[in-house]
Amino acid sequence: MSGVNDFAFRIGTVNGTGSSSANGLLMQAIFRMGIPVTGKNIFPSNIQGLPTWYEIRVSGDGYAARPSALDLVVALNPATYAQDMAAVCPGGYLLYDSSWPMDPDLVREDITILEVPFGQMCVETFDGDRDRTLMRNIVYAGTLAALLGFDMDVVAGMLDEKFSRKKRLLDANQTAIQLGYDYAQRHFSCPLPFHLRQLDRTGGHILMDGNSAAALGAVYAGATVGAWYPITPATSLMEMFTAFCHEFRTDPVTGENRFAILQAEDELSAAGIVIGAGWAGARSFTNTSGPGISLMQEFIGLAYYTEIPSVFFDIQRCGPSTGMPTRTQQCDLLMLAYASHGDTKHPVLYPANPAECFEMSVAAFDLAERFQTPVFVASDLDMAMNDWMIPRLTWDDDFRPDRGKVLDREALDALPRFSRYLDVDGDGIAARTLPGVGGKGAYFVRGSGHDKHAGYTEDADAYREVVDRLKRKIDGAAAVVPAPVFDLQDEAGIGLVTIGSCDAAVREAIDLLRAQGLRLDMMRIRGFPFSDEVAEFLETHEMLLVIEQNRDAQLRSLLTIELGIPRDRMTSVLDYGGLPLTAQFVVDAVARVATEVPA
Amino acid sequence: MSSIAKPPVFHPSARTNALGLRLRDYEGGMSTLCAGCGHDSVTAALIQAAWELSISPEIAAKMSGIGCSAKTTAYFMKQSHGFNSVHGRMPSVTTGAAAANRQLVCIGISGDGDSLSIGLGQMCHAVRRNVNMLYVLENNGVYGLTKGQFSASADIGSTSRKGVPNQMAPIDPVLLALSLGATFVARSFSGDKQQLVPILKAGITHRGLALVDVISPCVTFNNHEGSTKSYAHTRTHEVEAVATDFVPLKHAIDIAPSNGAVIDVSMHDGSLLRLRPATAGYDPTDRAAAYAHVRACQARGEIATGLLFVDEGSSQEMCDELKLPAEPLHDLPFERLCPGSRALDELMERYR
Ligand SMILES: Cc1ncc(C[n+]2csc(CCOP(=O)(O)OP(=O)(O)O)c2C)c(N)n1
Ligand code: SF4
Ligand SMILES: [Mg+2]
Repeated sequence: MSGVNDFAFRIGTVNGTGSSSANGLLMQAIFRMGIPVTGKNIFPSNIQGLPTWYEIRVSGDGYAARPSALDLVVALNPATYAQDMAAVCPGGYLLYDSSWPMDPDLVREDITILEVPFGQMCVETFDGDRDRTLMRNIVYAGTLAALLGFDMDVVAGMLDEKFSRKKRLLDANQTAIQLGYDYAQRHFSCPLPFHLRQLDRTGGHILMDGNSAAALGAVYAGATVGAWYPITPATSLMEMFTAFCHEFRTDPVTGENRFAILQAEDELSAAGIVIGAGWAGARSFTNTSGPGISLMQEFIGLAYYTEIPSVFFDIQRCGPSTGMPTRTQQCDLLMLAYASHGDTKHPVLYPANPAECFEMSVAAFDLAERFQTPVFVASDLDMAMNDWMIPRLTWDDDFRPDRGKVLDREALDALPRFSRYLDVDGDGIAARTLPGVGGKGAYFVRGSGHDKHAGYTEDADAYREVVDRLKRKIDGAAAVVPAPVFDLQDEAGIGLVTIGSCDAAVREAIDLLRAQGLRLDMMRIRGFPFSDEVAEFLETHEMLLVIEQNRDAQLRSLLTIELGIPRDRMTSVLDYGGLPLTAQFVVDAVARVATEVPA
Repeated sequence: MSSIAKPPVFHPSARTNALGLRLRDYEGGMSTLCAGCGHDSVTAALIQAAWELSISPEIAAKMSGIGCSAKTTAYFMKQSHGFNSVHGRMPSVTTGAAAANRQLVCIGISGDGDSLSIGLGQMCHAVRRNVNMLYVLENNGVYGLTKGQFSASADIGSTSRKGVPNQMAPIDPVLLALSLGATFVARSFSGDKQQLVPILKAGITHRGLALVDVISPCVTFNNHEGSTKSYAHTRTHEVEAVATDFVPLKHAIDIAPSNGAVIDVSMHDGSLLRLRPATAGYDPTDRAAAYAHVRACQARGEIATGLLFVDEGSSQEMCDELKLPAEPLHDLPFERLCPGSRALDELMERYR
């Protein structure tokens, strides 16, 4: 099946040895050759010494899901030789560092094994342990460049760019690339049957990870306060927000910052800071993962009940407790929808890729202020930390943020009385004031029972009046959260429902299944509460498959709870091992079920 | 319960402050605390301090967590915004508000349960950040609102209402704050308004976090014999280390320079603190000396009160560290926040 511009390879190394820059170099070189490419970093929860892999998929057709099969595996870590050998698809290749012997028992007959003494070559060429370790990565990149037919001008140009101001490093990198490249040319017949050929399909695109994109979205949305506590895979979002803010929002003369970033002592505090800032009128957000959201629950309920705008990015990772923190999942869907104790419900946005991380980041701040409530962006490790090929991000300079209903001094003066929680417009959204406004605007925020005038109450009717309005308010968000995207065929009986970063694999699977003659529709849900369109799709398809990445079918449960669709009307396709979904997994699952469909 | 509505009495002679406001204008809702609760005296002192300082009610932000103490925020300055948040988390909410709008005068009220147990971490980190706020810890040695359990400030040997002694060492917010680098640390007593009011005024004026631990007896659960946080015990064991006179800006310039027996501290806004140590040689600008003094008092079973330590000169409040502009962040025009399409276009080149 594999061939020119259609194959995948994986590099297995030891973490902390500097392989990521070599892997990035390979990815980017392919991209600059005009060929669509995706990279997935499969890394351990560790700083140094454990196995780590990087998977690169080359797809001239633009498929971005994790590859279903690996044509070439590069084994540089003797500890994983067995695993790496087993990972190669039949007929594929294993390239390993013959400086460390391969156990003959491991050797497979159905694949081709290529040996390169990377370690020894580096010992002979470079001085010092550090350089030898680092340069080995560049040497294997050189070998791969020869085996896979990289355009060496592109590679050379990238090295020039990267090390333009570091002559010594440039020399070393050039030597290393050439070393690996020449070795392959001398010993193997290059290129391999599957390889790269210049294409023109990456113009107008970029390679970006979702955390950078979400951070950029926060900058463009005008967020000014970010509070956080470090956690994989959320950390890089605030790091990038910090970098962008320093670039765009620090006065070059005075050094004044038009942003406040606070590394809190824990996630409770991060949530408190966000809520305090949101109350005081700043667009504020936090970035965290499941464990952090768990800690923030009490505060989320406070923000919901007292109606304080706040944005929470949850970069989902695998499992309860610490779980597998460097693996991906969609396991917080239920938690986010109803986070906190008591009756609560929150708008949640579900991006599928870094482009949507940018858009939905901007949208989240508008929704939070418009609805005066916590809004969640449910990203995941796969889209947040891996580089995806996406269309260049664009910006409409006419965009103005929706700050929602905020009464200024003048508006307050015109009122006989200000009642913080009074539904004047009938849309469930009451106008708020910001501290400092003066006049009649002062009110007392309390998480305890309050009536529509913000006064303390323990009265059943007064309490119900407020929470019933809250329900109407949040239900009203269904119409304005991002709409689902559909891929429809005429009168297809099977409807696939999916969410988030499953998108890439599901769309690829649909192409494969339709090519086999199956008629399929697809809906990807992008927002909660669910809109009428979501209900309609479910009601009009006889057979429904809900594809998601968690054990307990959380999306299906949400659909049942919210829309009353019986569980047995929806077959779950669940992938929860922590790796990004593959098209093959979806194809197999659909094929199993589709055989039961009446013709 | 002292929930009888006060008749609106207007004394024609009622004095007004620089803003033309009367003391009554700084009052809040009717207290629902037990009659005689120390917290209500703290409220009265806060009203007095804010009035005397002519704090504009519209820029004050009253912040609290949960507890009888946290309810205090509802009982003063009814024209100000208030935020009764969640138990132990007042510091973080205040941190966010203070960062978002540095013009706010943040007045945080907490309890010993709120700050020394569930919220100990938040208190410590607010101190470390030096959030620009007054941090009043109404300390009664018990959880009032949940009906009398020991708090972490209960002294060893102090007994509960039923006579059970506390065996664990107390957490002293004053010692803690001193060791965390707090720039303003005081202890006072709700029953000593004369001492408390100038301290609160100094604390509000201080640039940075001003921690004021106020022994504030709980008449219902911790005012019996055997308690070390009762009115009687506090009155007989309180030893004032430093007396504080607050000299407002407009008078500060005329005051005669200190003569050695007093220590003058100039505040950022131009007002003056005149500190009068009770014992010659006590220096409230010397952190180590303050720490040693509090420990020594503690060893003798005494309660050291007064403005124990202040560092006004080198204090950088959080917003200084963050290099924030003077105006509230929500007032920054969108064009100054959003880099625009051209910048994005240029940025995209880096991702090729
Ligand atoms: C998360 C959480 N746990 C427990 C409580 C119950 N609770 C309310 S107030 C309080 C203790 C308050 O003690 P303190 O801060 O000393 O205030 P006091 O009432 O003594 O003034 C507790 C435990 C709560 N509100 N929230
Ligand atoms: S229980 Fe104690 S702390 Fe609470 S109001 Fe009564 S006296 Fe005050
Ligand atoms: Mg208490």
